[in-house]
Parts: sequence; structure tokens; C-alpha cells
Amino acid sequence: MSDSNSLAISDESVAAAVAAALAAVDAVTDTASFKAVRTEHAGEASTLARLNGLLRSLPSDQKASAGKLVGQARARVNQTLAAKETEIVARESAAQLAAEAVDVTALPVRKHLGARHPLSLLQEKVSDIFVSMGWEVAEGPELENEWFNFDALNFDPDHPARAMQDTFFVDPVESHLLLRTHTSPVQVRSLLERELPVYVIAPGRTYRTDELDATHTPVFSQIEGIAVDRGLTMAHLRGTLELFARQMFGDEAKIRLRPNYFPFTEPSAEMDVWQPQAKGGARWVEWGGCGMVNPNVLLSAGIDPDVYSGFAFGMGIERTLQFRNNLNDMRDMVEGDVRFSQQFGMVV
Amino acid sequence: MRIPISWLAEFVELPVGTTIADIHAALVSVGLEEEGSHDFDIEGPVVVGEVLDFADEPQSNGKTIRWCSVRVAPVGQSAADGGADVRGIVCGAHNFFVGDKVVVTLPGAVLPGNFAIAARKTYGHVSDGMIASARELGLGEDHEGILRLSMLGLDPTVGTDALSLLGLDDAAVEVNVTPDRGYAFSIRGIAREYAHATGATFRDPATALPVPEPVSGFSVEIDDQAPIRGRVGATVFVTRVVRGVDATLPSPAWLVARLKLAGIRSISLIVDITNYVMLELGQPIHGYDLDKLSGGIVVRRANPGETLKTLDGQTRALDSEDLVITDGSGIIGLAGVMGGFSTEISDETVNVLVEAANFDPVSIARTARRHKLPSEASKRFERGVDPEVAGAAAARVVQLLEELAGGRADVLGSGLNQHSQLEPIFLPDAYISGLVGVQYTDDEITSSLIEIGATLEYARDGLLVSPPSWRPDLTHKSTLAEEVARIVGYSRIPSEIPVAPPGRGFTREQKLRRLAAETLAASGSTEVLAYPFVSQASNSLFGSADKREVAAVKLANPLDAEVPYLRATLLPGLIDVARRNLSRGLTDLALFEIGAVFQPVPGATYGVTEVPPGAALPSGETLAVLNASIPPQPWHVGLLFLGNSVDKQPHQAAIPVGIADALDTVRLLAAALNVPLSIRQGSHVALHPGRTAEIFVIAGGDAGASVGGGSAEVHVGFVGELLPSLADEFDLPRVVALAELDLSALIELAARGVQATPLAGYPAATQDVSLVVASSIAAADVLDAVRVGAGDLLEAIRLVDDYRGAGIDDNQKSLTFALRFRAPDRTLTAAEASEARHAGTAEAQRRFGAVVRE
Repeated sequence: MSDSNSLAISDESVAAAVAAALAAVDAVTDTASFKAVRTEHAGEASTLARLNGLLRSLPSDQKASAGKLVGQARARVNQTLAAKETEIVARESAAQLAAEAVDVTALPVRKHLGARHPLSLLQEKVSDIFVSMGWEVAEGPELENEWFNFDALNFDPDHPARAMQDTFFVDPVESHLLLRTHTSPVQVRSLLERELPVYVIAPGRTYRTDELDATHTPVFSQIEGIAVDRGLTMAHLRGTLELFARQMFGDEAKIRLRPNYFPFTEPSAEMDVWQPQAKGGARWVEWGGCGMVNPNVLLSAGIDPDVYSGFAFGMGIERTLQFRNNLNDMRDMVEGDVRFSQQFGMVV
Repeated sequence: MRIPISWLAEFVELPVGTTIADIHAALVSVGLEEEGSHDFDIEGPVVVGEVLDFADEPQSNGKTIRWCSVRVAPVGQSAADGGADVRGIVCGAHNFFVGDKVVVTLPGAVLPGNFAIAARKTYGHVSDGMIASARELGLGEDHEGILRLSMLGLDPTVGTDALSLLGLDDAAVEVNVTPDRGYAFSIRGIAREYAHATGATFRDPATALPVPEPVSGFSVEIDDQAPIRGRVGATVFVTRVVRGVDATLPSPAWLVARLKLAGIRSISLIVDITNYVMLELGQPIHGYDLDKLSGGIVVRRANPGETLKTLDGQTRALDSEDLVITDGSGIIGLAGVMGGFSTEISDETVNVLVEAANFDPVSIARTARRHKLPSEASKRFERGVDPEVAGAAAARVVQLLEELAGGRADVLGSGLNQHSQLEPIFLPDAYISGLVGVQYTDDEITSSLIEIGATLEYARDGLLVSPPSWRPDLTHKSTLAEEVARIVGYSRIPSEIPVAPPGRGFTREQKLRRLAAETLAASGSTEVLAYPFVSQASNSLFGSADKREVAAVKLANPLDAEVPYLRATLLPGLIDVARRNLSRGLTDLALFEIGAVFQPVPGATYGVTEVPPGAALPSGETLAVLNASIPPQPWHVGLLFLGNSVDKQPHQAAIPVGIADALDTVRLLAAALNVPLSIRQGSHVALHPGRTAEIFVIAGGDAGASVGGGSAEVHVGFVGELLPSLADEFDLPRVVALAELDLSALIELAARGVQATPLAGYPAATQDVSLVVASSIAAADVLDAVRVGAGDLLEAIRLVDDYRGAGIDDNQKSLTFALRFRAPDRTLTAAEASEARHAGTAEAQRRFGAVVRE
């Protein structure tokens, strides 16, 4: 540092101060050294500042040229400092970003998506399809009175069809309560509770005394549809089922009806669906039962079968999931192994 | 029902080359669902051989084998396998003689069970084939020795194909007969259906034999003093007598083979004949040893206390509803279900009384169920037997007893027939087309109905249709619609889409229930669906806070006697599922279930004493009784967490689960449903005493209502950690976080709509405050006091710290809250904010003695 007493404005002294400042700026490597350099060469105690201070004591005739000389020198030093500062900030910010880099393939997992059960998802999917057609979703109790599950559905108390349902009865049996063996009691409940015409779909849990194995489970689910209106025919039944099948299995899906027997429908049919996307090639798959609502069922709900007719259909959700998603073993659906639901996530 | 194809072909024409698949396809089209097919699982060459010579050769193992020389083709001709006409065969049996005709399976043959025959070296000889026993051929259980054809009365030429000789080349199709079609439990019925499906001509076996008239003299009386549901127990009772039978004669091979294919074991010639006729015509037959009968037969209801030893040797206590066959000695049979021991046909039987009767389906169904005796006979009676076929069936039995058992028909018999004609059905002209949606021609309708055996009469604006005697299921015009539709073919039904009236979409409850499930899944839990079967102990442990016996529904016939109750809580099911996952090495679990629980009100009785009949609308009062007869079944949501919620990872320590995970998820669920919750320290017998929260919903959805708690809050469930001793008992890790809430109640209490307030844009003032209170005071209560005290300017308040230790007295804690103040209409000054804060702390001080910690 120069001795202030010997300091005087001259081309040489100004040039020397500028040269010293530029050399110092050039040597700057980081924000800290930059700040030191700026204080030393552009601060209040810097040579150039002090030279500038000498201007006041110069004779008037020298002030202009000396002022210009010092002014230009200070401007040059300040410009260089500014450029350096930009450079340092950029460099340091780049270095910080580099230092902050992480291995994006090894970041911690803190949130997990759970999963819906595919049986629930499938029931919702079917419900969505029918709701979009103007139908409504009806529900009923799983623990039912025998009348809704059998008598109102034209199951004679002594008919073998009733014994074939493998029913869970509530103790004591004389209470006439049972676990519903199908979702069909919701048909009767809907007809009793709603204004005609009725177009409803009823998904839900059902029970039969089958031991669990690869193709049976005592607790399963069905989805039931019923429409009662004036002038409904089996053609409407087929049309509804075909529309449904196309939404479930693709545009190529179609329905085949085969004669069958159910107490609550007459005529009755077994329905097969042509599953175009089946693993191992397109094929007919048995899907469920259907038919025209038996006049006795309409009578149970106080509806005149000579004025109204209706159709109904029902299918097993487990079975549908089984052939739709190529599942071999029913046990996977009921055991609650989380890996099963997690294959599906939020969409079936 | 299994139908041997050769049998079917007797009554309906099967074109050459008809396959099993063709027959199934035809039967499916008229409503007989395919169940499978059966054959003897045997492939040739299997031929008739003659034993020319043999030598008994004792073996070192103690056995003696026979080294036989067997002719398997006529002299000089090659055998069916292309080999020599005489073979050396080793045989272990000793029940045959030189000159016997036997069945030889030649190399290349395959016997049931994929047993391939080849020339093989054994006992020092090359055995070039095998002499077969009846069992090896799949013809019976008799493995005493080889099958000697002379025992079947056969003396065929050497080299004859034995498979065709014995009927082993036949196969059967199996179809599922629906419970309304009793007549299809016969070859006759199936042949008729096959004819409907294919148009082939049907030859009715019931009209093939003349039914002799008169047979009489055998006394039969129906004396039903207690008809069930007004129906007399027996309406037809035909008897025939055949004398001089040899009951020890073998059943011919074709008969045994057909019975076997039909799924019925050969017993003895006479029993086989009765079974054969039952299969052929659908009429169950009972044979009595006439010489063991005393006098005529009376059919009546059993009297209380009466018993019968049935022919399976069991003595059965009879019910007064049981229909029984009696003679002078007492009860000799359980009508239509099982015969009695005392009059059973045996090898000594010489004179046979044949019974072909028609019993009331309901009576038979109840008796078969009551005595757990489902039989081939009861199966048919329950579904309805053609009342007109009894005479033909009896005649057919008589014919076979004459032909095969050496008997001769007697004129003694009876022909009681009191059944009434089926009611004719009026079929209005346009009805069927209107129901099925197909414009059938008049001819299609009439010819379909005539084809199924109905008789038609033209009436004004329609037809009067009399169903055939074998179709008691045709009771309403809709049943006729099905007949026409299936005979013409269901493929004719077109496709038309009905237009439903505009619907209201999902109900609020349905939407919110789905939202709840989606929220839980999105927040990391996996949905499971457990069986609802539990023990009473589980229900009591988890279904009540204090382990009192909870009211629960018990099943009369559970699959597993250990878990006969229906769940009153979801937690036992979740714990079961967790255990199963753990056993499969899945150690970090977040599970949820949404499902119905069964919660009878304690002390209430459910059920009805009498169920109203179907096909009629019950009175409003009766319907109300029916609806009130079932216990409440609300939807619950259950949660279970165990293991880690976040795994150990680079720069991330593991976060083990705890009550916080369960409570946080509950909070999230409540937020999604827009239900304001109130959380309180609680206690539950199955949960950790210090880590149990009781959850309340602030009824009315108004946050202010929670002040002071009490009646405005509705209890909706518990959250907590499983009691560690229970976790240990269940082989679960020490920390298992659980929650169970009444989802139906949550949804019911959820806000119906949001009253939005405009957002204020003025700056917020934030301030922190620390309050020292007794450590026993719940943080939420302090927070609540500050919020209430601070008033409307307080926009948000959050607990940020709970400090205990140096500087704070024992039994005290310092709670730090972050407060955010904002005014809707101006910029708040610091002084205003501080004033509000003071008001808040003053309220906390008033309620809990809270002291501001400077």
C-alpha cells in the first residue's frame, strides 16, 4: 500500500493503481477473495479513492484533467470488478448445483400407493356402465329374511331348487333368516321400494356353503340387473347384455343365450359371452343366468304381470374377474395377500 | 344325468359319425347343459381268447403262476395286433379251466388308468398279453379272478372284438338336468329333447310295449290321512308279479356296461333290471320278494313312534309326514325313497312283485331330506315323474325279468291310477311374441307346442294348451313362451336396447363410500375382503371397548364350527389377513377393509315365526315385520398397519408404524369425506392403554359445536395400537396399529355442502406462543381453548412443539403453537395480533391454568 503522504495524482500513479487493481481482480477465485479485492482496490481506503480525494486540493486549472484521469481509472476498475462478480456468482452457483447432485435412482421412497381390491373395482366398473345408461345402483342386506331370498322369488319351500342353493341359515333356523344366496332379493326390494319403471343394478356379497377351493368360495359376489317396464322383451335382455359385454370385453364381444331354469325367471337362459381377448384365443365363456322376470316375482311385489314385464340377469363377479383377467385360482381373491390387489392398483 | 350313446340311439336316430360334441351341442341348445362325458377309458386290441393249456408254476415268492397257452385268433389267422394266433401268457389267477373263453388284452391295448399292455418278461416267460378280470376292464369290482365269458352266458368266436362284445366301446354324455325337468332324468326324456334339438324322429319307449289289461287281484290301497299341502301322497300304484326267476343269474355285459356308463354300479340281475328301467323311462321301480310279503299293500303316513329297517340295514325313526308302504306285517318301505330290509330281493328270491308308483314330489322331498337319503328314486320323484309311464315301466321290468332272469309274467297285479290331468293353460294370441320379442308365426307356435307333447284347442283370441303328463312344470303361459322360444331356438331372439328413464346416478352414500375406498388406497393402504365368519370371543374382544359379550348373529350351519358367528367388527378379519401376509414374508402392511358388519341390538330378537307365501304382495304390516326382522348391518371401515411405513433407505431411516399412521389415515379419510373429527384419549380392552384414541364426529359439521364436548359429538370408532400381549398371542409384531370406524355413520354425518367464504388478500401476521400446562391435559384441548379465545382474527393454529424437561416442572409440559392471524378487511397491526393472542392464552389459562412461557 502506498504511503498517503507521498501520494499524488499523476499518469504514473493512477496507472499503477489501476494496474494493481486489475492484477488483484484477475487473481480472485471466490466470493471471499472478491470482496477483499473490492474493498482494497475500490473501497473508501483504496488508492484510487484516496487519489480521488486529492482532487479537492488541486488548483482549479488542473482539476478537470486530473478528475478525468482518476474518474476513468475508477470506472475501469469498477467495470472489471462487476464482470468478475458475475463470473464468480455464476461459477459458484454452478459449483453448488454440482455439489447438490443426487443419484435419482436411489432416492428414498416415502409414499406408497395402496390398492383397491379388484372385486370391488369390477363391481364399480359394472355399476358405472349401467349408471351411464340411466340405471341406478340398488343395495340390500347380506343377512336377509327368507321371504326376500326365496319365497318372493318363486322358490317353492319344497322345490329342489331351494335345497340346491346350499344356504347358510341363522340360528335358530325357525327365525327364517339367512345369508342371501344371491343378489336377487334386491330385485324384490327394488320393485317394492321404487316407482315403476325400474332399471337397477345390484352388486354385492353373497354366500353359499361351499368349501373354499380353486373354483369355489363360500363368500362371493354377484351383480344383478333388473328392468321392469311396459313392453320389455327378451330382445331387450339380449340387447342390454350385448352392450354390457362390449364394454367389459371389447367391441367384438357378443352374447349367446341357452335355455335354462331359474325359479325367478321365465323364460330363463344361461348366457355365454364371446370373449375376443381371451388368453389362448377367443372363446365362449359361461357368464351368468338371465331371463324374463317370472310373473310370480312381479306378483310378490304387487305388480300386474299383464301390464308390466321385465328382464333380469346376474353373474358372479369372481368368475368374471377369473376369465377376464386370466386368474386360475379363486383362493387368491379371498385370502387377502396384498400382492394380489397390488397387481391391479386402482384400475381393473 | 349320464346318457350312454348306444342307448340314446335306440330311441332317436343318430346319424353316422355323430360325435359326443355334436350330442352335447344339440342338448345344450334345448337347455341341457354340458357336464362332461364318460367312457371305459380302454383301447384295443382286446379280443376273445380260448385257454388251450396251462401249467401251474410255483414261484420262490410263494405264489403260483399259470403259464397259459391262449388262442387269440382262429387257426392260421393273425391276431388283432397282427401277431400269432396262439400266445403264451402268464396269469396269476386260478379260477379258470382249459377251454374257457376269456378276454385277452393284446400288446398295444391300454386299460383304464392308462395301463398299457405290452409283451413283457415275467416269471421266466415272455407274457404276450394279459388275461383280464372284470375289474381290469372297468366292468366291476370283482377281482377274485379273471372274467370267464361263460359266466355271462357268452360263447363267442375266438378273436371276436371283446370291447364291442361287452359294450366297452360305448360312451356316455353327461348333462345337467335343471330341477324343473324331472322327465329328463331318463333316456326317454333326453331322447325326446334330442329330437327337439335336431328334428330327428323320436321313438317313445313308453309306447313300445303293450301294457297288459287287465292285471288285477293284488290288493293296493292308498290311505293318506294327512296329505301334505293338500296333495295325496300316492296317485299311481302299478304292481306286477313275475314268478320263477333265477336271481343268481349274472347280469348281461351290455346291461352292466350301460349301468356303469350311467354311473350306477351293478348289484344283481333283478336290481340291475329295476335300475335299468328307471334310467330308461324315468320311473323309479321297487322290487319286493313276493314270498316275504304278507297280504296286500296299503300306502299311508307313518304313525308317531314307528320305525323301519331300510335295506341299507339302518333302523330309522319315522315322522308322521313320512309316506310308507305297508303290508300285513307292518311298514315295508319308505315310499319313493328306500325299500325295507324285510322284503328285500335276495339270491333266493323266486317270485318278484314289481312296484311302479307315483308319489307326491313334496312328500318325497321332505322325507329324503329328513332322513338324509337322497336316492336316484327320490331325485326323480322330487322333480316329478310322468304319472302315465308307470304301466309301461312295470311292463318293461316284466319283459326283462322274463328275458334275462328266466321268470314268467303272472296276471296278478294292480293298476291303481288316480292322478289328475294337468290344467290347460290359456295362451293369448300375441303373448309369446310380445314377451320374447320375436314375431313367431302361428305355425311355429303350434308346432313347437305339439312337438313337446302338448294338445291344443283353439279358443277365442288364443289357444287352450294342455301340457303332456310328463311336464308338470308347465303351469303358466310364460312357461309356454319358453318352450316355443327354445324349440324355435334362442338364437332367433334379436338384440334391442331398452331406453331407461333418466336416472339419478349414484346415491350420496355410494359416492362417498367409493371416495373413502379410493382415498384409503391412494394414501397407501391395500383393500382386502375378509370372510365375515368369526368366533364369539373375537367379536367380544374387538367389538366392544370393555370386553362385554357383544350381541352377534350365529349361523346354524357354519362351515367351520370354530367361527360360527357373523362379524360385529372388521378387526378379527384384518388380523387374520395380516397373519397370512406375514406368513408369506410380507412384513410391512397397510390394510383396509370396507364391509358390512352384523350388529343386532342387545336384547332384541330378530326373525319371523312365519314367512308369507310368494306370488302375492304381503300387507304393509307384514312387509314392515319382514324388514324389521333383520338386524342392523352398517358399513364399517377397518385399518391395520404393521412393520414400517417408510423403509430404511439411503439417507432415510426406517419409520416404524404406530398409532400415528392409523390416526393420520383416519384424519385423511375424514377430510376426504368432509367430516369434522374430534379425537380423544380413550380406552379399549384390546388396545394399548396409553395409545388408544376414541373418535367422535362433531355432529352438524360445525366446528364450534365441539366446545365442551358432550352431546354434540357422536362416537364413531377407535384408533390405537393392539395390546402387545394380544399381538404376541396372535404371533404379530409388538406394534400393530388398528382403527375401526362406522363408515355409515361417518357418511351420514358428513357435511352436505360447503359454505365457501371469500378469501382475504390482506397480509397475515404470524406469532408463536408457548403455554405451560399440566402434562395430563390433551394438547387438542389447549389448542381448542386458544382458538376459541383468539376469536375470528385467528385464521390457523398448529401445535409445533411439546417440550418437557429442563426449565419445566415435572408433570408439566410446554406446548408451542404457531398462530396465523388475518383480518378480512384490513392489514392487521402487530398490536391487534398480539391482543388476539393474549385473548387466546387467557382462555387457555382460564380453562387449564396455562401459563405463557416467555
